[in-house]
Amino acid sequence: MDLNYSEQERTFQAEVRAFLAENLPEDIAAKVRLGDGLTKDMMDLWHSILNAKGWLATTWPKAFGGPGWTPVQKHIFDEECCRSYAPRIVPFGLNMLGPVLQKFGTKAQHDSVLPRILSGEDWWCQGYSEPGAGSDLASLKTRAIRDGDHYIINGQKTWTTLGQHANKIFCLVRTSTDGKPQEGISFVLVDLDTPGIEMRPIRLIEGGHEVNEVFFTDVRVPVANLVGEENKGWTIAKFLLSHERTGIAGVGFSMQALEEVKALAHNIRRGAKRLIDDPLFAARLAKVEIDLEAMKITNLRMLFQAQEQGAPGPETSILKIKGTVINQELRDLARRALGPLAAPFPGHLNDGNILFGPPDTAFNAARYFNNRKTSIFGGSNEIQRNILTKTMLEL
Amino acid sequence: MDFHITEDRRMVLDTLSRYLTDQYPLEHRNKVAYAAPFHDTEKWNELAELGLLSALAEESVGGFGGSGFDIAVVFEALGKAMNCEPILPLVMASRLLGAAGVDQADLLEGKKHYAVAISEPDAPYDLNDISCTATPDHKLSGRKSAVYGGQVADAFLVAAKAGAQLNLYQVDANQAEVISYGLIDGGGAAEVLLDDTPAELLLENAAPALSDAINAGLVALCAEAVGLMTVSYEMTIDYLRQRKQFGRPIGSFQALQHRAVDMLTEIEQARSITIKAAAELGGQEASRYASMAKNLIGRASRLVAEEAIQLHGGIAMTWEYPVSHYAKRLVMLDHQLGDTDYHLSKISTDLVA
Repeated sequence: MDLNYSEQERTFQAEVRAFLAENLPEDIAAKVRLGDGLTKDMMDLWHSILNAKGWLATTWPKAFGGPGWTPVQKHIFDEECCRSYAPRIVPFGLNMLGPVLQKFGTKAQHDSVLPRILSGEDWWCQGYSEPGAGSDLASLKTRAIRDGDHYIINGQKTWTTLGQHANKIFCLVRTSTDGKPQEGISFVLVDLDTPGIEMRPIRLIEGGHEVNEVFFTDVRVPVANLVGEENKGWTIAKFLLSHERTGIAGVGFSMQALEEVKALAHNIRRGAKRLIDDPLFAARLAKVEIDLEAMKITNLRMLFQAQEQGAPGPETSILKIKGTVINQELRDLARRALGPLAAPFPGHLNDGNILFGPPDTAFNAARYFNNRKTSIFGGSNEIQRNILTKTMLEL
Repeated sequence: MDFHITEDRRMVLDTLSRYLTDQYPLEHRNKVAYAAPFHDTEKWNELAELGLLSALAEESVGGFGGSGFDIAVVFEALGKAMNCEPILPLVMASRLLGAAGVDQADLLEGKKHYAVAISEPDAPYDLNDISCTATPDHKLSGRKSAVYGGQVADAFLVAAKAGAQLNLYQVDANQAEVISYGLIDGGGAAEVLLDDTPAELLLENAAPALSDAINAGLVALCAEAVGLMTVSYEMTIDYLRQRKQFGRPIGSFQALQHRAVDMLTEIEQARSITIKAAAELGGQEASRYASMAKNLIGRASRLVAEEAIQLHGGIAMTWEYPVSHYAKRLVMLDHQLGDTDYHLSKISTDLVA
């Protein structure tokens, strides 16, 4: 056994690091470090910088414009991006729709959609969940009824992340009510400019706007926008969700958080002592550090397995369950460390002319609250446990 | 033994609960809680007219309550309604002014706001860490941090050190630099910057009085948390009953049932330790039981807040759904008057002694 990267992988790592040092705009990295939301312009800029380098569509095969990396290379890239506080790539077009179209789409769909994802001309968002269909996604009710060479769509989608920036949405819709719920679902591409679509913001617990509701009233969509076969959308949905799970352990983000909390604990004073001198706080931090050290290896073991076997197995649910809890624990510590200085509403801080707490901590409490979402979205941790239970017990 | 609340307190509780339900519902609370000045003067005056502020002060200072149980009853109701008016500072100020022998009719009638300025950036929780200084002619220098209710205070009661001695001073709000802000869980606070600021000495060797005020504040916060947890739990149970996925109520899944029971267990324990701390307030061991209560409340609050969100799924992550606000308040309450670890360390120290 050898836990080290190979010679080539280390060379690659150095190349990525050098690229980031040279090309990641400082103001963007500063915002990521602070945990403040990026503007659309900032997200677009980073997208275009990566695209120019050919490092944007890291999960795509070379034939479609991907860099042709191994899973380990992709992991190294993600790790280095986190290390430099590069923004998370908006995944809906690149990591979700892209792979779906490459596997299930027609040549015409490849040609019309994929290049515009890379160029940033199209910003895709996701129309999966509905108010009545969350964990039980297959019970979705948004209806698409065939009318000549169009579908007419009526219904509502929700939790549409960054939909406010998007001009396109991929949706799961019900094209049949016969048989099992899974058998009447189709995957369609919808232009958000189509009449009858309304997007409304959902304000989140900490006050931010990152998700939306999308309402469809008699929306006419060409049948040519169907991906794969009619009523076979569930297979596509599951394929997409398995892609959504890659990198779900969030190890890089937890490593960021660990470093932040360590720095805080050394800088914050409680009287004559530093916070890190408090054995109770130190023990909390040490415990998460141990969990994270193990999670790094668990993550690499599963990556190695995926590289050898070609696809990730149901064990990746472990990454989601434990990875999110580790990250949430660290966000708890980052908030806790600040004591009363964690309390101000971040929106009010910009008005003051006083440094309220240590640098880069204005959003610590907000981030703790926002991060509660990670154990809910992408298949809640309860659903992940169900997936594992099925495999283990075979009942 | 009798765990009933007395007739007098029942009347206060009924009056307050009815008032909050009718006049200060969540919708109004959220309006006040997140926009300056984070305070509703009209409602504040009505609360004073109903005598609710006086219920928090002892008879000796002009009130008609002020015991641990009086405070707990009121704050549990305030917690259920998630009210964020600066009533906690009033409880603490009443005890400090009482100890200093200062008339507090204006305070109890709701005419004058006092805020209690103890915390500092490097001394968030412990009186021994305070570094704000006082000169012999009572000029104060230092920064007081996260002063709850400071955004509307007319005067600050400031803990500061004259040499090695911890004293209590009063500073008029217009004498200090006050930077007000809203809180992530609603309500307001301020940073109070003192730079050779003139003050009035209220009490020398004020540590015992400050401890008593903090203990009363801890009982209040713990009772508030019990109210917040009770509502969070009830909403969660309702949701488990009503929300259907996979063709049945999600509450029919045993994995979720057991977690709801774990919430309930912690809430009952939290209620019990709060009752104990309330009973001991003003006594020899008040600090010890207040610390026990705040530690347990800190643990229970986090569990209840996080589980309430998780068991709701995405919906409790939204601003629109009340659980999100209850969860924020429950979590941020740990940042007031000593967090879970701070109070645990005090109990641990007792064990060693």
